[in-house]
Amino acid sequence: MTAVPQPGPDAAPLLEMTGISVAFGPVRALDGVDFRLHAGEVHALMGENGAGKSTLIKALTGVYPVDAGRVVLDGAEVAFAGPAQAQAAGISTVYQEVNLCPNLSVAENLLLGREPRRWGRIDGRGVRRRAREVLARLHLDVDPASPLDSHSIAVQQLVSIGRAVQVDCKVLILDEPTSSLDADEVAELFRVISRLRADGVAILFVTHFLDQVYAISDRTTVLRNGRLVGEYRTAELPRLQLVSAMVGRELETLEQLERVPAEPASQAVAPVLAASGVSRRGAIEPVDLVVRPGEVVGLAGLLGSGRTELARLLFGADRADTGEITVDGTVLPMRTPRDAISAGVAFTSENRGAEGVVGDLTVRDNIVLAMQAARGLRRIPRRAQDEAAARWIEVLDIRPPDPDALLRNLSGGNQQKVLLARWLATGPRLLILDEPTRGIDVGAKAQIQALVADLAREGMGVVYISAELEEVVRLADRVLVLRDRRPVAELAGEDVEVDRVMELIATGHGEPDAERRGGADWEYGRSDA
Amino acid sequence: MRELWRKPFWPLVVLLLLNLVLAPGFFAVRLQDGRLYGSLVDILHNGAPVALMALGMTLVIATRGIDLSVGAIVAICGAVTCAWIAASPDPTSPGAAIGGIGVALGLAVALGAWNGFLVSVLGIQPIIATLVLMTAGRGLAQLVTDGQIITVNNPLFSAIAGGELLAVPLTVIVAAAVYALVALATRRTALGTLVEAVGINPAASRLAGVRARTLIWTVYVFSALCAGVAGLMISSNVNAADANNAGLWLELDAILAVVIGGTSLAGGRFSITGTLFGALTIQTLTTTILSLGIPPEVSLVFKAVVVIVVCLLQSPKARALLGRRRRRRGAAGGAPPADPPPGPPTPDPDRADGAATPIPAQRSTP
Repeated sequence: MTAVPQPGPDAAPLLEMTGISVAFGPVRALDGVDFRLHAGEVHALMGENGAGKSTLIKALTGVYPVDAGRVVLDGAEVAFAGPAQAQAAGISTVYQEVNLCPNLSVAENLLLGREPRRWGRIDGRGVRRRAREVLARLHLDVDPASPLDSHSIAVQQLVSIGRAVQVDCKVLILDEPTSSLDADEVAELFRVISRLRADGVAILFVTHFLDQVYAISDRTTVLRNGRLVGEYRTAELPRLQLVSAMVGRELETLEQLERVPAEPASQAVAPVLAASGVSRRGAIEPVDLVVRPGEVVGLAGLLGSGRTELARLLFGADRADTGEITVDGTVLPMRTPRDAISAGVAFTSENRGAEGVVGDLTVRDNIVLAMQAARGLRRIPRRAQDEAAARWIEVLDIRPPDPDALLRNLSGGNQQKVLLARWLATGPRLLILDEPTRGIDVGAKAQIQALVADLAREGMGVVYISAELEEVVRLADRVLVLRDRRPVAELAGEDVEVDRVMELIATGHGEPDAERRGGADWEYGRSDA
Repeated sequence: MRELWRKPFWPLVVLLLLNLVLAPGFFAVRLQDGRLYGSLVDILHNGAPVALMALGMTLVIATRGIDLSVGAIVAICGAVTCAWIAASPDPTSPGAAIGGIGVALGLAVALGAWNGFLVSVLGIQPIIATLVLMTAGRGLAQLVTDGQIITVNNPLFSAIAGGELLAVPLTVIVAAAVYALVALATRRTALGTLVEAVGINPAASRLAGVRARTLIWTVYVFSALCAGVAGLMISSNVNAADANNAGLWLELDAILAVVIGGTSLAGGRFSITGTLFGALTIQTLTTTILSLGIPPEVSLVFKAVVVIVVCLLQSPKARALLGRRRRRRGAAGGAPPADPPPGPPTPDPDRADGAATPIPAQRSTP
């Protein structure tokens, strides 16, 4: 979609890292990795969690000391003692979380710490002028005087980028900048990235989303287990090869998953969940939804379409204004999550960190938390806790398999598995999963999807939400498509296919042969986070 | 568990050692008129009120809260009890004392419920919500006492602080019993885990079905109740209610005890044992100042220095710096420092240097 600039493999790279090794005690986080970055290119750095992407970035910016290897920037060997030195040399990093001051203005955030001064005082007019210049460079139409927190995460993210590039920036490192952005925002971000690339900035881009790699990057370097797998021209790298380079062994799981037959649930079976006219003002218009045992019902739609909002109403995480929810024929009071839990409903939030993980408790405590909460203060005997923890660690392949590890020390994918274990341990009838595979590595993604398919086969009802339509389509027997906070259609059987769902999301009415938009499938594929 | 022990344990030991060397007779305990006397008994007896308040505070802090109102509640409970006793037909009768104590503790529960309501239902920040009662409460106490110091002469009421069971002061027994009860409740039931879960991640706990609101409400009620009992001890000790000075700044002592005990103000993991040691450390410090005969004009400074040293030595950064210096001195062939902390002498920095964690683990913030 964008013209690939031609730095050419022969041209001297702007940045060259050779034989980089970083060890933490006996653990080798990076082992002889080579990496090079040309001016005017977007270079994707790919790998599963734990592959060494973050370590490589931190080794480059001087956060971690390098044990072996050399870093050459612009022809001169460098070794930074910290990010500030790296930045002074022209290497700026933008992290996943926005590290700015939300209560200051956009202009103040852009220039924090390097405000233009006049007679020892901060020159307010100068600050605003400089800020306007930076914003103009990014073609960002934002009032520099407005407070930062009045803007979306995407704009805040762009402000961080603006902050990074206003100094003489040769290398811009973007560490998962898109993980909390929706499709439009990603497009906006990519527009800015393209512009910076055209200016000759070398951009290192870390992401979990394959679509984005193909949409924006010129070259891709893949790491696995701290070692270099290879460097590729993105356009010449088939997706399957990229995935197999990243995961190696685990591709099999994904392929098996493709073959899971979606057995149509019999209409005669009594539904495990029946919601009618459920709505909440400002969140979602009235929705009817039926889930039968053994059925996976997907909710598809963009961010803000009401898919998350609906899931939260079904669980009682938010209170519905209207409507009735019955679980196994019994009407739910719908006041608090406890009502839903005692009826056998389980829910994992899309916001794993804020609404799922209890990081300073152990894996064991986290697994038994929902069971324990349902019992009240009567403590689950230690032996039963140990058994539950051991069982779910094994079933879900949680790593490290240590029930005493603090949950915050686990990777995202393993945290997600622990959260699933927390609910599966309660033996739920209905499982509501909001973005269970967000921000986790490909191997864990496949495992979680396979698990969902297994659970449905064993008779559990599942409501499955994912911004990745292929995932929803692969798993779901039926898909409820939401658009602008209201349901537009429900697809079942043969109709459940990515193109139909996209069509419905895009236009609100599904004509299978309507004009398709090609090329930019990431715009649909990643509607959020 | 061992780590929780190690942290809050040594400042107390150091203080006691200091007394062993400098204050002969500090450890002497004698039995007189069926009651134990001595500096150690004084520490336990005088430390009981703050220890109780710190216990309630520990649970509040574990839920990410803070309770600034406990000092005011001490004043209110003392005032109400004494006013009740003074106003009853027979101010010396046991009935008057029981009535006064009942009303005061009932009021403490009500005040705790008010704090809990503001925090858990209305969602007001704990520091603000309890600041209301911290300032208003003392006014309330003054209203009850009419601005006067009410003195009472009631044997049963005096017995709270003056009485003893098997020669041990009742205050010590009551405080010990409450500690034992809470330790049991947090270990043997799921209370401890649930409180920690709520403190670490309230939203996640709620979605997991934990009754976060009820729990938070309960810990504020419990904290106020502890403060109420402390208030009874304090006013019983002097047979009077002083609305202006009873319990003044004690909320800060209670918070300090919790912090010295190793419970983070950010909430989550807490240590009952640690808090007990924290409270005892503070009281031992006060008693030490008296027993060493430190002049009153420098006693506060002395206290401040000790508190700063204790807090510094608990800061991971300060310990890392200290550890580095010590190692350098060790390499130069110098003598080890004069007073290594007792207990396993494994400072955290050594671990951080050698193990797989390259940077100090950071708390996840909300």
